[in-house]
Order: sequence, then C-alpha cells, then structure tokens
Amino acid sequence: MEIIYVMLVVSLILALLFLVSFIWANKSGQYEDDVTPGIRILYDDEVKEKVEAKPNEKSNKE
Amino acid sequence: MEVIEVKYDNRIVKYFAYATIFWGIIGMIVGLTAALQLAFPNFFNDYLGYKYLSYGRIRPLHTNAVIFAFVGNGIFTGVYYSMQRLLKTRMWSDKLSYLNFWGWQLIIVSAVITLPMGFTSSKEYAELEWPIDIAIALMWVVFGWNMMATLLVRRVKHIYTAIWFYIATFVTVAVLHIFNSFEVPVHFMKSYSWYSGVQDALVQWWYGHNAVAFFLTTPYLGLMYYFVPKAANRPIYSYKLSIIHFWALIFIYIWAGPHHLLYSSLPDWAQSLGVVFSIMLIAPSWGGMLNGLLTLRGAWDKVRDSAVLKFFVVALTAYGMATFEGPMLSLKSINSLTHFTDWTIAHVHVAGLGWNGMLTFGMMYYLFPKLFKVKLYSQSLANAHFWIATLGIILWTIPMYWAGFSQGLMWQEFNADGTLTNPDFLTTVTALKPFYIMRTFGGLIYIIGALLMGYNLIKTAKSGTFANNEVVEVTSSLKTKHSDKGEYWHRVIERKPMRLLLFSVIVILIGGAVEIIPTMAVKSNIKKITQVKPYSPLELEGRDIYIREGCVGCHSQMVRPLRFETERYGEYSKAGEFVYDHPFLWGSKRTGPDLAREGGLRSDSWHYGHLISPKDWSPGSIMPAYPWIAEEKLNTSHLKKKIRVLQGLGVPYPEGYDEQALTDLNEQARGIAANIIKDLSKKESDIQVSDIANKEIIALISYLQRLGTDIKAVPAEIEDTEIETSLK
Repeated sequence: MEIIYVMLVVSLILALLFLVSFIWANKSGQYEDDVTPGIRILYDDEVKEKVEAKPNEKSNKE
Repeated sequence: MEVIEVKYDNRIVKYFAYATIFWGIIGMIVGLTAALQLAFPNFFNDYLGYKYLSYGRIRPLHTNAVIFAFVGNGIFTGVYYSMQRLLKTRMWSDKLSYLNFWGWQLIIVSAVITLPMGFTSSKEYAELEWPIDIAIALMWVVFGWNMMATLLVRRVKHIYTAIWFYIATFVTVAVLHIFNSFEVPVHFMKSYSWYSGVQDALVQWWYGHNAVAFFLTTPYLGLMYYFVPKAANRPIYSYKLSIIHFWALIFIYIWAGPHHLLYSSLPDWAQSLGVVFSIMLIAPSWGGMLNGLLTLRGAWDKVRDSAVLKFFVVALTAYGMATFEGPMLSLKSINSLTHFTDWTIAHVHVAGLGWNGMLTFGMMYYLFPKLFKVKLYSQSLANAHFWIATLGIILWTIPMYWAGFSQGLMWQEFNADGTLTNPDFLTTVTALKPFYIMRTFGGLIYIIGALLMGYNLIKTAKSGTFANNEVVEVTSSLKTKHSDKGEYWHRVIERKPMRLLLFSVIVILIGGAVEIIPTMAVKSNIKKITQVKPYSPLELEGRDIYIREGCVGCHSQMVRPLRFETERYGEYSKAGEFVYDHPFLWGSKRTGPDLAREGGLRSDSWHYGHLISPKDWSPGSIMPAYPWIAEEKLNTSHLKKKIRVLQGLGVPYPEGYDEQALTDLNEQARGIAANIIKDLSKKESDIQVSDIANKEIIALISYLQRLGTDIKAVPAEIEDTEIETSLK
C-alpha cells in the first residue's frame, strides 16, 4: 500500500498550496472588505456605443 | 485611477456556449440510448445489436460526454464570460483561448470515436486512452495558463470568490488527472495502468471522487457565485460565508475519495478516513447552497418572473440534496445497502441533471440575450423548458431510488432457515424493469426540454446582433504596470514572487511524481502471495476483451465481507488477490452479478452459449449479446509486448516468457475449445476445435474461468468455522 504514502504527500502538498494561497490572500488584504465585493460585481461596465462587428460577421481582425 | 478602454472577448464565450448546447444534447441522447438498452434489452441491445453501440461501450461514452463535453464546455463558457468582467480585462491571450476551444472539441471528438471502438482504460471517468490523456493534460494547462496570466494582468485588486473556485478547479484537476493517468502504453490505443489492484482502486477513486468535486462542483459553484447575483441583481447573501465555505470545501474534499471503496479490500483505516471527511463535507457544501438560495431572500417575486432564476433555484436545491445524500451514502451501514445498486445512479443524476444541468440552462438563458443584445426569443418557451426539465428530473430519479432500494433489500433478504430469499440474481434484475422504463421516459422529456432551449436560443441569436468584442470603459484600481500583449509570459509571473513559488511547486510536484510513482508502484507489486499467480497469456487477452467490451460497467469483482454477499458469491475478496490486476476491475455497479468468484462455477460451453445469446441461457436476462466475439479472431500480435510491459510493472512472468507466451496461449485455447465442442456435439457435430479455438470468445471464457480461483485453493471452510466459533 505504498501508494497511500504518495497520495498522502500529494494531497498534503495540494493542501499546503491552498494554505499558502489562503495566507497570501489574507496578508495581501483580499479579505479586508467582505461587503463591497459582493455588490461591486452587480455594476455592469459602461459600454462604448461603438459596435465593432456587424451581426453574423465571421471575420474578426484585431 | 484612470479610465481605460477594454475589449471583452465575446466570441470565445459564444463558441463555448454553442458547444455546450450541442454536446449536452448529444450526451443526453447517448444516455437515453443506454437507458433504452436496459429497459428494452431484446429490441435495443440484440435486435439493433451492433458492437459499436453495445451497452458496455455506450455507457462510458455517455458519462464522458456529459461530464467533459457538456459540463466541461459549460465551465469554459461561464469562466471566459465572468473572468473578463470580474477582472476588468480581456483574456490574456486570444491564441490560448481559441487553442483551448478547438483542442477541447478535438478531444471530445476523439472520445466519440475511440470509446465505441472499445479503446478504453476501464477506469471510470478516465476511460480515454493514453494519447487522449496527454491531450487533455495539455489543453487543461492551456486553459489554466490563460486564466492565471489573466489574473496577473487584472485591473481589480480584489479577486472575487468565483475566481477562487476557478483556480482551485484548475490546480486540483491537473494534479488528479496526471496522477490517475500513469499508464504504460502497449500500442497506440492500449495501455496498462501503472498501479495494480488495491492501489489502482485507491488512486482511481481519489481521482473519481475529486472529478466530481473539482470538475462538477467547484467550477459550478464559481459560476453560481457570479450568475445568481447577476441574474437576481442582488449581492450574494453573505460574502464572508462564501470565503469561509470555499476554503473549507477545498481542504476537505480531497480526502473523501475512499468512501467509494467501503467494505472493499482497501485497509479499514483508509475507509474510515474517507467517511469522516465525507460527513464533514455537509457543512461547507450546505454553506454554498444556502448562500445561493438566501441571495434570493426578499426577492422571490423575481423568481416568479424570471426563468433564469427558476433554473438556479432548482439547481441549488438539487445541489443541497445531493450533498446531503453523499455523506449519508458514505456511512457504512447505508452504503452496504445502496452500493452497487441504482441508488448511486439516482444520486449522480440528482446532481447531474439538477445541479449541473439546470445551472447550465439558467446560465445559457442569461447569456444569450446579453451576448446578442436582444430579449430572449420566448420567455414562455423558457418557462416550459423549466417545468419539463424539473418534471424530467423527478421522473428520472424517483424510479431509480426505488429500484436501488428494492434491489439492495432483495440482495440481503434471508429466509428463516438462513438461505437467501433471492438466490438467483436474475430475479432482482427483472424486478427493476418497470423502473427502467419510467426512468427512460424521464430522460426523454428532459432531452425534449433541452431541445426547446436549443431552438429558443438559436432564435434569440438570429434576432439579435452579435459583436465579437464588447468595448467597455473601466477604471483601473491597480497601479501596477500593465500590458495585455507584447511581453514574455514568464516576465509576468516572475514579477510576483509568490506566484512564481506556486508555479514552481506545481512543476516540482509533477516532476517528483514521475520519478517516485513507478518505483513505488513496482516495488509493492513484487510482494509475493504464493497462491496468486499472474494471468496466463490467454487469460490476459481475455481480460483485455473484458475491458474492451466494458463488462466492468455492469459486473463488479468485489465480494464484500457481508454475510449476504459471501452466501451468494462465496469467500470475500482479499487485497492480495489483485496484485497482478493492471488495471483493477472491481466495478461500481451490479447490473449483473458479481464475478469475483465466477471461475469454475459453470462449464465452458455454458459461457460460450451465454455470451453469444444470454437470453437463451438465462431467460429474462438483460445482458447484451456478444455474437461478434465468437466470430472475430483473437488478435495476438501485441501479446509479446503486453507480457514485457507487465514484466516491467513487476508481474513475475519468467525471463523471456514473451517468446513462449503464444504457444501457451494456443494450447490453452485448444483445451477450452475441445471442452466446448464436447458439450455442443449433440446439436452441432460439424464444428471443429480449430474453428473456434482462435476466436476472441475463448480468451474471454478462459479469463472468466480464472476469476477468483487462486484463493479457492485456500481451505476457506476452516477460516469460516473459526469465525463462527469465535462469534459464539
């Protein structure tokens, strides 16, 4: 059952990875504000009234 | 603060959305075909019988199509739409976006071709053979790379919850897929799993469970966190809760896999570990469900008017039910009743049809009017779809719960004298026929609903105007130097030491695994259990036919240590019996009986007749007929390579056995053929041994006759009496 040790290690590294990201998120102030982010996503961006492509136009050159 | 003009890529969203709808309908129709085969086995399996559409090959096609094609494209649709808007930037690279799209569709097409042809690794939700596995890994990295880079060039400091879910999805699925796909190629479309027996089972269900967790759950929770608030135009009920339940969920989920192997030969402590974490999962899962539903608090009037929200409400409710049921099913006492029955199938369809299906539909009805800048073609058609789909789910799942419960009880029913009430497995199958028919009907109307959606959305698209790029003005709150293009990708990563660290860890993880795993897997395979011998060449070829035909989809090879199991099948399965099984074939569903102790139970000629036409040998059987394996010659051209590959994996064939294998194979085949001829001669005296000895069916029979016979040599009666006396 040696494979269990491999899997434990892999799972732990994954968990550690998550832990590091969690600490990073906390330290970098991601969670300082837990109200406005929920509200902010409700605002749509201001659309510029310049339609680039015609309906059903296939090509898209940028 | 500066105002910047940004072009969101709407075309990639449109592509993925169309792909989701298309593959969704295809995947459901394949599922309907499989359901019809179980409900009307005579007509759909035998009369229309065609090997490429045989149930064993169709079932994995259905699961792969709905998971990776329908839900997979659904994930990409939602991620590509929401990420750009949440991070106020276009996706980092158009090239990667479209590579992601076309690569993924190519993988799906290759699955549609190879699975019906019988190219399968037999591991559930990981059936695709090794070249496709590599392609999946590459495409997944393309997706993740594009996503992470987009994250680095974002214009909003805060990373919204949804995106955390996407990141966890990417990282975990990558690791799981790579670890579960370690296999040694025999030829272009055949490989043997690196692991064997118990170890293979453990890795497979570590993957299998997390495929559910990180492919069907976390990305969809991410989508839920974006689309539910947007559709309701209300902020999520508790942003704080979303953070807490996200971290709790991903930390707990990766440990729950062993609950798929309760009462199996997996060590008990691993089983218990899986159970404990599964129970803990209720809290974070319900955190997500409640957060979604409570977002609509005080806004239920909107649900009445909006088809999109109706779909979301049912999706969240189904998610709540499935995530309560999952932990319950992982309790040993409940699992002993439900495992291997249709209950499991009902459980996954509450989640699949309810959570994933309904959320996808809702998302599509939300997206199309946005993308095409027009009102939905028909709101009433969307409402009709909602009611039809909901009814479809109910009609699908209730019969299957009923079927699973009935069959589970029938299996364990004893008479007063201690004998099984239903000693014949077939009685417990024929009893399910009405449920299979009702389920098929439920599935049919669910598909009709999906077709209505397809029509409605195409009409919507036709009446609107589509712009490949949505030009918006955003205010950037980030001071960091920023560029969408014209920079080496690694520069972007290197600028952030923490990110660099994370990437390095992933790379090291993969690299380290490649070195460690083979050594460990091989080392433990060498452990000798004296009675258990490697498969003979003929049995090995037979086993590969067993894998090709998808027998494992309906037949388990795992006798649990429960009295009603040992009474029916014989001695319970031991871990040591499977050391040469690359891959393991324990199965997860018993549509037919367990085969772990099949060897020697019946004559060769019984198997011969039964495989060609099961219904003639056991009336009422729903097993598909396999006439082609009696006609097609056994292909032995890869035998030498197979032996060598297995030797490399630690199977103790003698040195140089690959040269000897074919001779042994032919000899064993002639013996079995002679047995069959002897029994058949009364009816058909003109068949010669040489006519059938070289056919595939002989190899398959040799494998079936081998199953479980190694351990039968052990004086099992002594063990039994010891246990009995100790109980007294």
